[in-house]
Amino acid sequence: MTDRLSAPERFSPLHQVHVNAGASFTDFAGWQMPVRYTSELAEHRAVRETAALFDLSHMAEIAVSGPDSAGFLDYALAGKISTIAIGQAKYSLILSPHGGIIDDVIVYRTGEQHYTVVANAGNRKQAAQALAERVVKFEATVVDESDSIALVAVQGRNSRDILKALTGLELATSLDELKYYWSAAGTYRGNEILIARTGYTGEDGYELYLHNEHVTELWETLMNIGRAHGLVPAGLASRDTLRLEAGMPLYGHELSRDVFPVQAGLGRAVALNKENDFIGREAVVSGPPSDARLLVGLISEGKRAGRAGYAVFAGDDDVSVPVGAVTSGALSPTLGQPIAMAYVDPALAIIGTEVFIDVRGRRIPATVTALPFYKRKASA
Amino acid sequence: MSDQSTLIYTAEHEWIRVEGNVITVGITAYAADKLGEVVFAELPDVGSTVERGKVVAEVESTKSVGEVYAPLNGTIIEVNDGVTENPDWINEFPLDKGWLFKLEASNIADLEAASLLSLDEYNALIGK
Repeated sequence: MTDRLSAPERFSPLHQVHVNAGASFTDFAGWQMPVRYTSELAEHRAVRETAALFDLSHMAEIAVSGPDSAGFLDYALAGKISTIAIGQAKYSLILSPHGGIIDDVIVYRTGEQHYTVVANAGNRKQAAQALAERVVKFEATVVDESDSIALVAVQGRNSRDILKALTGLELATSLDELKYYWSAAGTYRGNEILIARTGYTGEDGYELYLHNEHVTELWETLMNIGRAHGLVPAGLASRDTLRLEAGMPLYGHELSRDVFPVQAGLGRAVALNKENDFIGREAVVSGPPSDARLLVGLISEGKRAGRAGYAVFAGDDDVSVPVGAVTSGALSPTLGQPIAMAYVDPALAIIGTEVFIDVRGRRIPATVTALPFYKRKASA
Repeated sequence: MSDQSTLIYTAEHEWIRVEGNVITVGITAYAADKLGEVVFAELPDVGSTVERGKVVAEVESTKSVGEVYAPLNGTIIEVNDGVTENPDWINEFPLDKGWLFKLEASNIADLEAASLLSLDEYNALIGK
């Protein structure tokens, strides 16, 4: 019997592997996903220092094919997709006609007339629906393949060495030649795989897309060969602190239908110079009101972190009115200081400005700082 | 190591050890696990008076914050500085090295009225 009010829980094809590994689970967009295996701090550190393996099979993969695919994506998304080469990837946004963000996505061009749009699990339906509605004028098809495609991510400086040790991997582009935000199609033990040099951790790494039925074998093989390279399985708790340190927005926190790209610092993801019309164009050209709040980084001393929803004030007296709100925050495992992302009034969105976060009744001073909080050293 | 069965529990996932009119308070293993790795513990000042049901301590993981309530009216007579230095003790040894504070009850008899739980009742609460 299905409860019509709550969607049934969904499980990754790797669920049993995680259970066997002793993972703790959390509900994420209706999916039971590992939140941690042993220690989220150790998992966070492993990504920064060695490598970690994430199961991201809850993410949505939407295939776009046909002769007008590029033109369609230029119309449906905020970025210019038609100029990316086969193998290239691009971060983009699905905008509403009002200029708000329906989802943030990565588009992989996988062929002359083939693209894969990877959307957030929580926005799968909205993203797939928006694309399906927008495709009607184009000679292209939109197919939501999420149910059959698994995704695992190897993240951290040792990730390339780990993938190079994987036998049975045949790629169109060698791992050494695969640049950041490019992908390589190929086979793993005869089965289709797409390996992309992308991630959500602020560290070098790869995301591996393949069909559900082959992912368990891949995961176990990666864990076996990865151990010598410091590879540990990592859950969503560490993924969240990693992306926060890297200043990467999370839909539902920094991004929503009420946020214009420019407010989130994503103006660069909107190609106002492309010739064609695209959904949301008119709204983003008019822009948000001049007093619309802007996303900033906040860094504090001590250990008390501002968290999503906490109010930001310009002063430490009780009578002042909020000038912003925290969207994500944590004690940064890498920096050892509390960090947060927050939307604040534009007058305060200036690096070096002192503000106060109301941490459960106490005003904690914080300094507006440039994002990201953490940037890896450049690598080849 | 405390024997879990000699402790009493609250529905807010605290454990309490009673010695005379002094109670020692910590959070349960279940609560610590749900919270995630504790990275910061804020304990009350020694000598402060506390009121039953009010927040007296906070334990934070990277993901969330757990508030710890005073189970009784009284005075804080000792806090565990060890967990301020090593918040991970709350996860590693929730029932002994991870204790949080000792409270001298204004009236220890109030415990009777505080609807506290036995180990079995607490385990039933958390579905164990």
